[in-house]
Amino acid sequence: MELDFGPEVADFREEARTWLDEHLVGEFAEHRGVGGPTDAEAWDVRLAWDRELAAGGWLGVSWPEEYGGRGLGLLEDIVFTYEYARARAPYRATGNALDLFGPMLVALGSEAQKRRFLPRILTVEELWAQGFSEPGAGSDLASVRTRAEPDGGDWVINGQKTWTTMGQAADWLYVLVRTDPDSRRHRGLSMLLVPTDQPGVEVRTIRNLAGQDEFAEVFFTDARTRADLVVGEVGQGWRTAMGTFGIERGSTLLPQQLTFEREAETLVQAARARGDELEPELRHRVVQEWMAIRIMRTTNLRTIGELLAGRAPGAQASIAKLYASTGHVRMGHLASEIAGPAGQITGAGYTLDARQRTFLVSLAETIYGGASQIQRNIIGEQVLGLPREPRP
Amino acid sequence: MAHHTLTGTFGEEQEELRQVVRSFLSRHSTEADVRGLMATTAGYDPALWRRMGSELGLQGLAIPEQYGGSGFGCIELGIVFEEMGRTLLCAPYLATVALAAEALLRSGDGAACEDLLPGIAAGETVATLALTEEGGRWDERGVTARAERAGGGWVVTGTKTYVPDGHTADLVLVAARTRAGVGLFAVEAGARGLDRTPLPTLDQTRKQARLDFRAVPARLVGVEGAAWPVIERTLATAAVLLAAEQLGGAARALELAVEYAGIRVQYGRPIGSFQAIKHLCADMLTEVESARSAVYEGLWALADDAAGRSADVAVAAALAQAYCSDAYTRVAGDCVQIHGGIGFTWEHSAHLYVKRAKSSEVLLGTASYHRERLAVRLGL
Ligand SMILES: Cc1cc2nc3c(=O)[nH]c(=O)nc-3n(C[C@H](O)[C@H](O)[C@H](O)COP(=O)(O)OP(=O)(O)OC[C@H]3O[C@@H](n4cnc5c(N)ncnc54)[C@H](O)[C@@H]3O)c2cc1C
Repeated sequence: MELDFGPEVADFREEARTWLDEHLVGEFAEHRGVGGPTDAEAWDVRLAWDRELAAGGWLGVSWPEEYGGRGLGLLEDIVFTYEYARARAPYRATGNALDLFGPMLVALGSEAQKRRFLPRILTVEELWAQGFSEPGAGSDLASVRTRAEPDGGDWVINGQKTWTTMGQAADWLYVLVRTDPDSRRHRGLSMLLVPTDQPGVEVRTIRNLAGQDEFAEVFFTDARTRADLVVGEVGQGWRTAMGTFGIERGSTLLPQQLTFEREAETLVQAARARGDELEPELRHRVVQEWMAIRIMRTTNLRTIGELLAGRAPGAQASIAKLYASTGHVRMGHLASEIAGPAGQITGAGYTLDARQRTFLVSLAETIYGGASQIQRNIIGEQVLGLPREPRP
Repeated sequence: MAHHTLTGTFGEEQEELRQVVRSFLSRHSTEADVRGLMATTAGYDPALWRRMGSELGLQGLAIPEQYGGSGFGCIELGIVFEEMGRTLLCAPYLATVALAAEALLRSGDGAACEDLLPGIAAGETVATLALTEEGGRWDERGVTARAERAGGGWVVTGTKTYVPDGHTADLVLVAARTRAGVGLFAVEAGARGLDRTPLPTLDQTRKQARLDFRAVPARLVGVEGAAWPVIERTLATAAVLLAAEQLGGAARALELAVEYAGIRVQYGRPIGSFQAIKHLCADMLTEVESARSAVYEGLWALADDAAGRSADVAVAAALAQAYCSDAYTRVAGDCVQIHGGIGFTWEHSAHLYVKRAKSSEVLLGTASYHRERLAVRLGL
């Protein structure tokens, strides 16, 4: 994919390209394309790379200057994201804070919270993880049970979170907790910012199906945080949390798109290498997945075009995640079929090659950020306006 | 990819065009109109056709001003096709505009354009392209009809079939072979030696005919033997426009399904509140919006190409046809399913969409045919 962003940002684009060329060298260059949104692979290198980016002033391109950002616009943000993905720079270790938590705080945080936290995200001094899910609250996030009670100038927190991506590395968590013990569902929830460096917080790593230490479960036993570290109003945590989901959908389009395009190219090459032995049915399945990636590209361009024109994105933005995640899983199955028996052999110690890892990790894409079934519920009810199913 | 793709999809003028066409069709291509016309042999309303040409200028939309058109491009045509697909308009628009006018324009034959395009643009001429023969092939090898020099001109001999609106066209552009290769020949409806037989069609909303040529006097359009690239390029444009029509039909079938799912009550609840139905509708929307992306990519490629920017029109067209054929068929089928028994009746409109989807699926080549073309392009 080659995009022309127009003359207004030509200099900016050139600056980004040059900087990436000059700094994506050595160890960083060796880790091109490594990592993903929920991925711990090559963590230390990626963290060092984030610090390199911070030093170059490339984190928070569109964040306000008073909080350490560059104060540029959405267009520059997209241009940089695009150049970044094009250069195949490693996936940012601090992606959660940069793409989800930070923008949420910019939109909804208090002035003091913004001044306290945002600059340290941009200098990679403090790492953040998202504590929404619980063992009993996944898709049904409104049934969160972890609770917080006021105590003097603090909140006292008890309960458990799970599937916390890179929770084991985080200095801070943004957690959704119940602050009104008598409340039900999404009423009475609040969003708290909680430091992990305290005796009341215990983080245990969970190994994922690819063998990686990627996410964690977090136990709160009389853990504490300051009373003013609630984002938005007390009891309005549901709205705050929903805000991050909106952001989650938009920000990952371009890098994901370029990654998928590269994978599709690899798939086509692998199929081509089979020569005449490639079964006709597989040929057509390869074409179909290649087409799906092209269609995804146009779908993303439509959304970006609308965002840049200052319009609310149309229905295509709502189907993008479902289409991309289900297609990616299909493509993984196809790639492994084309690889044949040789593709089933791993390195020693369950070391996986890129195709094996990509396939296994893709299985999470139809789960996190709203499982495919939940996506279909949302599309049906919120986009198509179908009647809601009876709910408690 | 060009800059215009990032500055929004359609401009204000284009949205206005959409509104004008939509409101025109909502008055003149109602379900009753469609049912009335599909029962006739001609399959269209000549008076409405003339109004489309003279009042709205739809036939001449993408014909240059020098030939009586208004000189817009494929993006505008795409909008019109999408709207026509929504209402299943019964008219020889695809045959006339996407196939015949496009082939004339592409031929580079200025004299033929001057003589033949103004009538099309004005809504006076119905035209078509006669390409396929008994085997139903859309490639160069499918052309076996022959043309020979006779007197000062040419005569065409052979049989063309599955020709869209071939029985009502005033002007037929025929692909026929000479010793130099495939050429394009213009034949008038009343020409001596031309026999036209309307074919009974499964999809009654788009008519087809068989044309038998016995030494029919014809006019060579363009250069002798050099027509295949012209035809291929015409088919690529038509593929994108047909895809736009398919998109419109699929979008409308989805609307019908969603509307019904919201009001039909079973087990004490609207059926749309059951996930089996809701998720099916969500999948239909996913298909429709993805089909829209496939169409837009095709339209952008055509627009880029027309503006002299590099674009792989053949790939974009094959992708649009392959995707939209499958998507329309699937969505129209699901629309019947969601309607249950009533969807299986002649009286309900759901079957009209299924049938249009099926006939569009094979028109200009099936999804498999286009995927095969892509496979070859990808070196598979
Ligand atoms: C790799 C990865 C990283 C993650 N990172 C984080 C993180 O950093 N922070 C965080 O808070 N969470 C994180 N999550 C958690 C994620 O948000 C949840 O896994 C997700 O919301 C699904 O919840 P669940 O796992 O409890 O599954 P469940 O909700 O129990 O779902 C199980 C199955 O039931 C289906 N289902 C559930 N409800 C319905 C319904 N109403 N209708 C139809 N089907 C339904 C689901 O679609 C799914 O197929 C992560 C998850 C993964 C896999």
